[in-house]
Amino acid sequence: MNFVMPDFFPAAAEIFLLGMACVILLIDLVVGDSKRWLIAMLTQVTLVGCAAITVYTADGQVVLTFNNMFVDDLLADFLKLLVYVSVAVTLIYSRGYLVARALDKAEFYLLALFATLGMMVMISAAHFVTIYLGLELMSLSLYAMVALDRDSARATEAAMKYFVLGAMASGFLLYGMSMLYGATGTLEIGGVAQAIYNGVANEKVLVFGLVFIVSGLAFKLGLVPFHMWIPDVYQGAPTAVTLFIGSAPKLAAFAMTMRLLVYGMFEVAEQWQLMLMVMAVLSMALGNLAAIAQSNLKRMLAYSTISHMGYMLLGLISGVASGDKHFALNAYSAAMYYTVAYVMMSLGTFGTILLLSRAGFEAEHLDDFKGLNQRSPWFAAIMGILMFSMAGVPFFIGFFAKFSVLLAVVDTQNYWLAVTAVFFALIGAYYYLRVVKLMYFDAPTDTAPIKASLDMRLMLSANGLAVALLGIFPQTVMGLCSFALLRSL
Amino acid sequence: MTASLLSLAIWLPIVGALLVLAIGSDKSPTPARALALVVALAGFLVTVPLYSGFDTATSAMQFVEHAPWIPSYNIAYHLGVDGISMLFILLNSFITLIVVIAGWKVIDKRVGQYMAAFLMMSGLMNGIFAAVDAMLFYVFFEASLIPMYLIIGVWGGPNRVYAAFKFFLYTLLGSLLMLIALLYLFLQAGGSFNILDWHALPLPLNAQILLFIGFLVAFAVKVPMWPVHTWLPDAHVEAPTGGSVVLASIMLKLGAYGFVRFSLPIAPDASHVLAPMMIALSLTAVVYIGFVALVQTDMKKLIAYSSISHMGFVTLGFFIFNQLGMEGALVQMISHGFVAGAMFLCVGVMYDRVHSRQIADYGGVVNTMPKFAAFFVFFAMANAGLPATSGFVGEFMVILGAVKFNFWTGFAAALTLILGAAYTLWMVKRVVFGAIGNDKVAKLTDLSGREFIFLAAMALCVLGMGLYPFPFTDVMHKSVDHLLRQVATGKL
Repeated sequence: MNFVMPDFFPAAAEIFLLGMACVILLIDLVVGDSKRWLIAMLTQVTLVGCAAITVYTADGQVVLTFNNMFVDDLLADFLKLLVYVSVAVTLIYSRGYLVARALDKAEFYLLALFATLGMMVMISAAHFVTIYLGLELMSLSLYAMVALDRDSARATEAAMKYFVLGAMASGFLLYGMSMLYGATGTLEIGGVAQAIYNGVANEKVLVFGLVFIVSGLAFKLGLVPFHMWIPDVYQGAPTAVTLFIGSAPKLAAFAMTMRLLVYGMFEVAEQWQLMLMVMAVLSMALGNLAAIAQSNLKRMLAYSTISHMGYMLLGLISGVASGDKHFALNAYSAAMYYTVAYVMMSLGTFGTILLLSRAGFEAEHLDDFKGLNQRSPWFAAIMGILMFSMAGVPFFIGFFAKFSVLLAVVDTQNYWLAVTAVFFALIGAYYYLRVVKLMYFDAPTDTAPIKASLDMRLMLSANGLAVALLGIFPQTVMGLCSFALLRSL
Repeated sequence: MTASLLSLAIWLPIVGALLVLAIGSDKSPTPARALALVVALAGFLVTVPLYSGFDTATSAMQFVEHAPWIPSYNIAYHLGVDGISMLFILLNSFITLIVVIAGWKVIDKRVGQYMAAFLMMSGLMNGIFAAVDAMLFYVFFEASLIPMYLIIGVWGGPNRVYAAFKFFLYTLLGSLLMLIALLYLFLQAGGSFNILDWHALPLPLNAQILLFIGFLVAFAVKVPMWPVHTWLPDAHVEAPTGGSVVLASIMLKLGAYGFVRFSLPIAPDASHVLAPMMIALSLTAVVYIGFVALVQTDMKKLIAYSSISHMGFVTLGFFIFNQLGMEGALVQMISHGFVAGAMFLCVGVMYDRVHSRQIADYGGVVNTMPKFAAFFVFFAMANAGLPATSGFVGEFMVILGAVKFNFWTGFAAALTLILGAAYTLWMVKRVVFGAIGNDKVAKLTDLSGREFIFLAAMALCVLGMGLYPFPFTDVMHKSVDHLLRQVATGKL
């Protein structure tokens, strides 16, 4: 038996991040509480470094390494870059909130980095074990982050729920993977696809495993009926952590879904497509209907996430039905575009909650947004943009996200699905409009001045403007999504 | 320069709106007002060359601009106007100017935002009329909901929240179904969102009928046609004066315009098949809503119902498929833009003084406000379709066309001459004439110079169009001709 040194180059960003995380861990031992900003700064530097490495190593080729366990393609590079941006923005938004609550510990930043590493591994996974490894690294970090505020009973409860349900989902996923291994004799995603294509896989075992895989994915994406953890975790976790959970992990979950279902099981697409379609409709329905009843903004956004993931699925399930490979790409890139757009809007929305929160006060109730237009017209406009964008009104990015997935659905001649989707979008518009109503039509109850650091203000403004500008000029991101996919399939 | 006139008409008000927002402050609102006026005036002036440079000898799109916008989906920034759409851009920019003047003193909270909302809406609505690309049309169409939602909700009356939500959700429902129709057409046309391509696209009858219904939901809500009109009285009553004016003058026209641009030429055969239904709905609006208007006690509500009734005339004119009816309907749309806008301005003038819209709270206004009463009576006459006012021209043409189509249709349509006169003049009688009703009326002061200016401007338009409608019908002639030929030929 001879040991061949693997090619580390495609995984350079991951290795760099791991190294930096260890360095930060050590630095934290020596710096005092007064120098905590240094940790935050180093974390950002790490992310910038990762981005530089990812850009540098991106060559547009599909490169497999570590015995075909790890893949570096344009899809991975693109999604990783988005993850870095999303995590960096999250950390900027979170800092003031964490400082005000004495949660500004190095653990937060380190857990965020490890979670990021987990996402990167998930995104680049070409093997079931790699997927599982990345998923667990991310999930365990997130569980700990939710529980970071040890004295909060609500946060602890949320962490417990998240952990128990998340562990169960991981179990489902593992069980499904073992079934697939039984059916195809390999754990490599490419190998699984090949085995199914060649017809050597046992059909019954394969579909049996697929059911578990889809259930596990649905847990992670938060799709009905596997959505139960989302509202509780979103509401219970400190808002900074909710922001983290609600943004970058969606990109990783999207990548995982792509790798498992599209790359691994394209040949049995008709099977998972049907399951996902049912879940998409249920998610759009339940997410939008339940969100109306919420008075807590974080919980409302949790339900809104569920519905948005339902819309994202519309793209995923439309990729194959037409049978045209070129169009399949278009549908997947629509789903990817939707995810990217959602992450952007989600960042901004939770960012605004963080902006309005201060020491001893969480601006998480809908009523806390009353009269925001009188307190700060600028940030009311930013939040207004985000809400209209989430509701899918042009000229904002959310509209073109909905547009592209709907077009994919209409192309499969599934008109009733399209009508259902727009029907629930209409219902969804109601609760987004309600936030606008509170900000613009009502008088403020809370007149405290808005205090936030300059970097947060600038970032949030940039975030809101990006949602508007990328809605006026949607081509850039749309084009990048389809280009990345085109070069990676 | 002429090459980018349409872009200017769209983006000048929008960019101006952002500037107004930037300088608007509640402590010193005057700069925001002044800037808004300058922008509105400039916005109107850039649309004038559209008329003066318009070639009446062709039905093709003019002032065309074309640039790729979203190549991934083959969506283009494609603008152009023909004889049908050009006049609405002028009307819209003119009304915006009036609204800015009308809101000058009346609005004292969040002035910058108020003016900016109207300017932004003006630009967006110009975009709707100028778009030749269906997605461009759609994004303008839907985006124009946002400023109106805010205008009703922020500056509206006591029940404004309900009205704003009803307005937004009603219209959104319609436009979302239209979106599916647009996506279907895009795929059928082999990946093109160009409306002109769609006009030439052969479609089987059942597809046409489904498409027609998809469009109908969107446009019927917007017109609004009976029975999906219920949002309009609420929106009108709660909106501030400016909002009501824009709503009546321009927004309602978007639905009717949609019929002409999409439903009729894209689904001509379905239009023929469903014409009886459309005519029945239109006549219901004309007659039934006319009766509803008769019993209103709120002036704004009365004018709102009168608008629905008049818009019924417009849809009637479209679906009797002859030149008189079609041109009459278009003339009626423009005339209604002036007349209904002016009526709402008149109610606004009284509301600013008495803070009531109830007819019962007035009486004998002519004694204290003679100048105002003259204008109000004049616009009421126009609303009732008195000859020599613009209201007469359109109604008369549509009725003639309807009689040509079918005597009883024409007869039912002609009932509006009686009903319209009844509800309008009865309201005028109770509000303007008679003895002074109460102390508040006794203390009224007549029109200020500013109010005189905007009412006089509207009156000139109404009178001018009534006496000499040729400049309006002349530009639309070729386009209407072309459209009717498209509808007559069909696609089967």
